[in-house]
Amino acid sequence: MVWFLTALALLLLGGVLSLVLSRSRKTASLVGAISASAGGAVVLLQSFDVLISGQSQSLRLAWSVPFGSANMAVDPLSAVFAVVIALVTMLAAVYGTEYLRTHADKKNLGVSWFFFNLLTASMLMVVAARNGVLFLISWELMSLASFFLVTQEDEKETVRRAGWIYLVAMHVGTAFLLVLFLLLGKDSGTLDFDRLSTAAAPSWVFFVLAVVGFGTKAGFIPMHVWLPEAHPAAPSHVSAVMSGVMIKTGIYGLLRMLTLFGSLPAWWGWTFVGIGVVSGVMGVLYALAQHDLKRLLAYHSVENIGIIALGLGVGVLGISYKSSAMAALGLTGCLLHVINHALFKSLLFLGAGSVLHATGTGELDRLGGLLKRMPITGATFLVGSAAISGLPPLNGFVSEFLICLGAMIGLSGQVSLTASPLMGVLVVGGLALIGGLAAACFTKALGVVFLGEPRSGDVAEAHEVGRAMRWPMIVLAGLCVLIGLTAPLWPVVLQPAVAAIVPQQSSIAAEAARPLTGVVVGSCILLGLVVVLVQVRRQLLVRRRVEQAVTWDCGYTAPAPRMQYTASSFARPLVLLFRLFLQPRDDIDRPQGLFPKHAVLHTHAPDLFRRYVYEPLFAAIVWTTSKLRWLQEGRIQIYVLYIALTIFVLFIWKLR
Amino acid sequence: MTMLASIVHVMCALLLAPALPGVITRVKAWFAGRRGPPLLQAYYDLWKLLHKGAVYSKTTTWVFVAGPIVGLACAMTALLIVPMGGTAGVLSFSGDFLLLAYLLGLMRFFTILAALDTGSSFEGMGASREAFYSALAEPALLLGLVAMTAQSHSLSISGMVAAVTPVAIASPAGPALLLVAAALLIVFLAENARIPVDDPNTHLELTMIHEVMVLDHSGPDFAMIQYAATLKLWVLGALLVGILVPVRSGWWGVDLGAGIGGMVALAAVVGVIESTIARLRLVRVPQFLVAASVLSILALVLVMR
Amino acid sequence: MNVWLDTLLVLLILTNLHMLGSSRITACIRTVACQAVLLAAISLLAQPDGIGLRLLLLAAVTTTIKAGILPWLLQRAVREVGVQTEVEPIVGFTTSLLLGLGLLGAALHVAGRLPLPNDAGTSFLVAVALFTMMVGLLLIVSRRKAVMQTLGYLAMENGIYAFGLAFAIEEPLLVEMGVLLDVFVAVFVMGIAIHHISREFDHIDTDRLAALKD
Repeated sequence: MVWFLTALALLLLGGVLSLVLSRSRKTASLVGAISASAGGAVVLLQSFDVLISGQSQSLRLAWSVPFGSANMAVDPLSAVFAVVIALVTMLAAVYGTEYLRTHADKKNLGVSWFFFNLLTASMLMVVAARNGVLFLISWELMSLASFFLVTQEDEKETVRRAGWIYLVAMHVGTAFLLVLFLLLGKDSGTLDFDRLSTAAAPSWVFFVLAVVGFGTKAGFIPMHVWLPEAHPAAPSHVSAVMSGVMIKTGIYGLLRMLTLFGSLPAWWGWTFVGIGVVSGVMGVLYALAQHDLKRLLAYHSVENIGIIALGLGVGVLGISYKSSAMAALGLTGCLLHVINHALFKSLLFLGAGSVLHATGTGELDRLGGLLKRMPITGATFLVGSAAISGLPPLNGFVSEFLICLGAMIGLSGQVSLTASPLMGVLVVGGLALIGGLAAACFTKALGVVFLGEPRSGDVAEAHEVGRAMRWPMIVLAGLCVLIGLTAPLWPVVLQPAVAAIVPQQSSIAAEAARPLTGVVVGSCILLGLVVVLVQVRRQLLVRRRVEQAVTWDCGYTAPAPRMQYTASSFARPLVLLFRLFLQPRDDIDRPQGLFPKHAVLHTHAPDLFRRYVYEPLFAAIVWTTSKLRWLQEGRIQIYVLYIALTIFVLFIWKLR
Repeated sequence: MTMLASIVHVMCALLLAPALPGVITRVKAWFAGRRGPPLLQAYYDLWKLLHKGAVYSKTTTWVFVAGPIVGLACAMTALLIVPMGGTAGVLSFSGDFLLLAYLLGLMRFFTILAALDTGSSFEGMGASREAFYSALAEPALLLGLVAMTAQSHSLSISGMVAAVTPVAIASPAGPALLLVAAALLIVFLAENARIPVDDPNTHLELTMIHEVMVLDHSGPDFAMIQYAATLKLWVLGALLVGILVPVRSGWWGVDLGAGIGGMVALAAVVGVIESTIARLRLVRVPQFLVAASVLSILALVLVMR
Repeated sequence: MNVWLDTLLVLLILTNLHMLGSSRITACIRTVACQAVLLAAISLLAQPDGIGLRLLLLAAVTTTIKAGILPWLLQRAVREVGVQTEVEPIVGFTTSLLLGLGLLGAALHVAGRLPLPNDAGTSFLVAVALFTMMVGLLLIVSRRKAVMQTLGYLAMENGIYAFGLAFAIEEPLLVEMGVLLDVFVAVFVMGIAIHHISREFDHIDTDRLAALKD
């Protein structure tokens, strides 16, 4: 635990130091990044130690806050999340040194680094806290630090708006968590996690509060509306941290809450499965309809949170139907997907940041042909795209495989599951549909951004980014491949963390690892064949004529970049098929006359939940509060009177 | 012994797969009253392509070259997983059907990227359609296999297919198996770019799906694409034959022979379908594919009932 | 025996799904006729105590009416009116198919919980019967053409018939005769109505009948 605290101290110290030294932009960046990396490295080592030894470490100090004690611990479950947090923030920090240098010329970099380190430290505190007050304080710090990072480019109207939505959403979520913890601590009089009691209310109350509270952070549909606004608005390395890691703290909260309950009702599992399918499918559909690279990636976070929720649902169903194999596979898949998504999503966001950095635009239909100009960014983005589409031999396939297999065990007659066809349809069919749509979406993004010819002038002059931005992407892409090829290891590594949620023997983890050996054998054969075929092709073409020509466009001799298929046209058939859920809108200014001068077509798919749920809701709130305007007199005496009256009423109520 | 049978199956598939398109075109020619090309035409084409040079567009990158290579590697790996009737796949483990489905996904992913790499709007259009239809075909395939899992209580595709015995077909689960076969037939036709989803012989690039994506490939690259396509035909066909030809005699030679005979028969059936059914309008294809999913789900419901 | 019954029931489900997914009116009419033949076969198979002459006769009569006369009348109506043969759905075909699947799930769920007099063997028959009725309703609600609504009624009637079969007693046949008569009249009236409406207004979209409301 000492090392963990050292890391926190390092992070905070580095942040403050960077704030103090902010006069020199270079020093501030350097101090911030070095402290973030050092802190991250320490946490990484310590968490690996916990994960491998299976021994948790804890610390308890007396504290004079009501309900509070400085009670912290790192058990294997926390360690999984701490590893992810440390790893991604480290790499994002390295990336940030170069990204921020040119991207925020007039900004005070010290402030940016201060909040970055604060965000990292608070996320680590969230997963280590073992006391409700400490947890909520860290949770709030995390929200605020990320809010200031999101609004870094506050001269833009859209960014201010995004920040505002983000702030409101986070606090609505926190309000639910506050109630949750108050109820949990009501009976025992303390908010220490090990003494929380679930006797104060029926268990469904806790469940609903936790799903709404933590789900807002995680980005479950329909609580996701802040996500596609806030993530694109932040600087790219911060988007990577937020999308890759921060939303996972919501999943952590849910898992931690599940450990408080002895038995889990089946309908909790079904709820998670339902949320998972809806978030997964809707998330990827919205992503398909987007025109902005970072917005597209943000919606994919919703999709992947859906996959994680599917795994959680399978796991909970396994627990409630007493099938340890199903529970182990579901929860391992869930945790592994948390890690995997952190890796490939931060990789993709960093890639998007590089594109933004090199071309100045993230609009898909203005990009193109970047693979030739930015080979490293392009290649790593390709790895990330294949991984997020759940394709072998990469890591995304491994976690989806585990979740799917867990669901199949529920169908194979080993478990007496009611409504099991529904399970097969929702989990396996859902994952297949999500996978297919994700592949469509990422072939679109990759193809339009990196392949073909540049669609606008600036893009043609783009150059590869510098070393500090390249290496984090290479490392992340390498990790994606590594996890894919060491798949059988992971159920065993994650076993202690799964055991924190549902007690089980390690033999089950070994059982889960066995099919993965087959997967790895298949992947190795695949890679071997690729190598052989590359050689075969090279041998065949040796001493033959290999020519260069223009693309054969069915006889058309002068193809121009603007004639290429665009992202919107690529996705159009799918968007139209699912128009019931997307309700895409077109603004058309049709060409008129024989020699039309002007014609415009805009297509967009606004978020339905935002339009039909939140906007009316907030309009209603504004309307109600405007009716209470008369309370606000503007005279200080009246306000003092209000306060006095409130205290008086509370007094009476308490002494009643 | 079973391992030997599996290896023999893979060898047979690698050698015989290019004959399947020959059978299809022969049957079609017979229906149209023509003589048609020789049965081994696909082999001649491959031989010729392998001896040619190549032309690459200036726009393309390494992704364009990687497309055919990864595609063929995926198809060959998938061939190792797929069983032929009672003959198990070489590589068989719990959940291998997921690897099979996603290998086909990886193949498609790279084919689409290679098509987009040329910057041609025709190829972009084909890529868009391929992504569109395969996103709908994938759930149908996996749900069909889920229904087979529920029927056989096996998590491996070899176990699932081996459980389809004449006894199983005569049992109450029989109708469900036939439904799965119907769903798989739709997936088979769609994934292999066959009528009524796609017409491999259409003369207008605007109306193609698969063929238009590979317009720019030439020489050995194109040979790899053609060969991978026939292997994919074999892989998905073997699943279908595994259900429809339930010969499980116990002698692997007989089983395998029946399976390969079934493959030829399946090719002939495809020829009949292509000669008698018109191609669907593009807007109707999604419905056709959703119908495959519906059939699979129906089968699942029937098995679990 | 049981396998054949199951197969027929599965085919019945498929005819229903086909009606939901088909875009041609004539195809739908043929499918309903097909359903009637299937039902006749089911009624013969579902009898636990042998097939009597009475049963055969009744089956023959209902099949002739439902698979022969009614479809012929409808085909003629469609041809004579000269309407376009497209179904014109309010709810799209793909959505209809998926809705159909949902209805099937609901039917199975309900049939599993109904207190049935017989053994559990008939529960699937009841489920399919309920499903057929629901599909009939769905067709009535979600299609524009008046002909399709008639077909929806016919499908519903088929469902009621199958439902009666599940109880394997003779009263359902009487009920069936009554219902059949109703439908016969309904089809007759519809046919005439369609004919007249189309003559007056040049189309048979029920949507546009709403214009008559004031």
